[in-house]
Amino acid sequence: MSNTSSSSSSFVKTSVKQPYIWAIAALVLLLIINLIKDPSYLGISVNAVTGDLSGNLIDILRASAPIMMIAVGMTLVIATRGIDLSVGSVMAVSGAVSMEFMHDAGDGSLGSALMAIALALGISAFLGLINGLLVSIVGLQPFITTLIMMLAGRGLAKVITSGQNTSASNEFFRWIANGTVLGFPVVFVIGAVIVAIVALLVRRSALGLMIESIGINPKAARMAGIRPVGLLIFVYILSAVLAGVAGIFSTASVMTVEVAKTGFSSEMDAILAVVIGGTSLAGGKFSLTGSVIGALLIATLDKTIVFLAIPSSATPAFKAIVIVAICLLQSQRVRALFSQRRARTSTPRKEAVSA
Amino acid sequence: MTSVIERPSAPQSPHTPSPVSRLKPNLETLPTLAAIVIFVGMIIYGEIAYGRILQFSTLSNLFINNAYLIILAVGLTFVILTGGVDLSVGAIIAISSLVGVMLANAGWNPFVVIVLMILIGSAFGAASGILIQYFNVQPFIATLAMMFLARGLASMLSTTPERLADESPIRTLSTEWKVIDGPKINDLVTTPNVIIAAVVVIIAFYILHKTRFGRTVYAIGGSEQSATLMGLPVVRTKLAIYIISGTLAGLAAVVYTSKLGIAQNITGVGWELDAIAAVIIGGTLLTGGAGFVLGSVIGALVLGLMNVLITRDGSIPPEATTIITGAILLVFVLLQRLVVSRKRKT
Repeated sequence: MSNTSSSSSSFVKTSVKQPYIWAIAALVLLLIINLIKDPSYLGISVNAVTGDLSGNLIDILRASAPIMMIAVGMTLVIATRGIDLSVGSVMAVSGAVSMEFMHDAGDGSLGSALMAIALALGISAFLGLINGLLVSIVGLQPFITTLIMMLAGRGLAKVITSGQNTSASNEFFRWIANGTVLGFPVVFVIGAVIVAIVALLVRRSALGLMIESIGINPKAARMAGIRPVGLLIFVYILSAVLAGVAGIFSTASVMTVEVAKTGFSSEMDAILAVVIGGTSLAGGKFSLTGSVIGALLIATLDKTIVFLAIPSSATPAFKAIVIVAICLLQSQRVRALFSQRRARTSTPRKEAVSA
Repeated sequence: MTSVIERPSAPQSPHTPSPVSRLKPNLETLPTLAAIVIFVGMIIYGEIAYGRILQFSTLSNLFINNAYLIILAVGLTFVILTGGVDLSVGAIIAISSLVGVMLANAGWNPFVVIVLMILIGSAFGAASGILIQYFNVQPFIATLAMMFLARGLASMLSTTPERLADESPIRTLSTEWKVIDGPKINDLVTTPNVIIAAVVVIIAFYILHKTRFGRTVYAIGGSEQSATLMGLPVVRTKLAIYIISGTLAGLAAVVYTSKLGIAQNITGVGWELDAIAAVIIGGTLLTGGAGFVLGSVIGALVLGLMNVLITRDGSIPPEATTIITGAILLVFVLLQRLVVSRKRKT
């Protein structure tokens, strides 16, 4: 690795690629820990009648779908030097809206499920629009805007359901979370398709580059003729809609919205997935693949903690420690990078730190 | 002769800052004045609409119930004055009060427990400060991580409400002292908690407005780069303000626990927003550099009074309280944008 770092461009390349190599390593490590505990952990069985796959890996894929959604949205927001702390509350609002609607409709038909989904995503998009307008046009700091939305959104979810945990029954809605397509969980398939669409949208057009340019240098981006207002509104709406999808995913599996719990501390999961995936919290270059791997890692971590019989209430503490560790790593890497640039001709001694 | 020549040359160099400094007192005090007007307006409205607001018992309860919020708001004033933010205060209260109640029930000396509760806050504050200052982590990320760490550790300790024994000496902090014995229950009462809060406010006021440390806090908020170039101890000060904020969160945990006698891992969810709202309503700029600690006290009282009015009114569901707090905070942040942008234009 130290040989390739002679030119600065390849150094940047390795430092961009490195994070998800570490994430994959951590993922493998977690799976190995599980495998030691139970040698048949990775086994996947196929149901002969329905062709459904089942096993711990499939569970992880299923659990990773909502995290994947919010992580992808968060990646784009963070790339613009922003942050979206409201994703967890938007999940709760989306879940509350869909459950309340189906509860009132009460017929369990496909039509009411689709209507509930449309309504939930519409309200999520509206909350995202408010975030986007406040950040882009009014110019408020993203964290305070979305912090207000985080608490107001949680309040909104409680008002929608009058503070009750609302349940509903609807076969189609339930199928989203518990059904299978070609043996794979529907949530994962939908999640993967949405990620693919977003990835195509930002990487096959100039959108991704423009988002990165806002994050790297807002002033230069504006002078280059990139209008930040529309882009910022777009990323905040996208983030909120994806959070809405995540809310549908996580409420559909139990067909209940727990207004205080649904999506609680999910913003931490999303931020964690993004930084694990190698996107810097300082904005700029982003990696959707990295965030997806980050989401898979978090889902695996959650499952492992349950599997090892560690109280699941402790998970936020673990995640906080991981996020602090990554922040430390990132800042040291930044320092190493700077000292390297200053002494570009001299030997790359600092490589040992980041390796 | 010389004075005539010198005169035009002297104002030329500070030409740009002079109109700003002349406008400063007005624009800086405007949000705080707005908060006072709102507070008085709320009292008058409450007195007319619901009655029994402007009397000893209601007002002393306002202070007794919000002593913890005043302490939190004072701590956050320091942080926000430097342009940072501390999201971990609510979670610090959770872990600190939980540890405190568990140790007190296990028979530890109450003074040791109280000191330990405060020190837990200091430790989290120090951790945030180190992350922010030495590792360039954005304040809200570092304190968000601390928030989840504290909340997670608290959940590891217990997920059920822990009751402080009724005879515990810590409870004496919420003994009610009658200052003025009014008719029936209309007494002016105070508790040691309120006095603690008042002492915190007075000390903070002194530190911020009368000491070198306080001026450094304002200077960092104005421009951290300039403060560094002026040779001010930026590193030390920034570390100190996060420790102050954490310590005061620990103290707020003591005050809150002694009053309620119950600690739980979900205590204090969303209090960071209340505390930030109190500071912002009180006229401290979210971007730092301008504000008053006494304004934050008014801000905390505005929020407390709002809760009283919502309870009295009864038609607003209590779930909507966070929405209203959020909306008020938003309005004040927008007001600040307006003030700041106008200041830049002139």
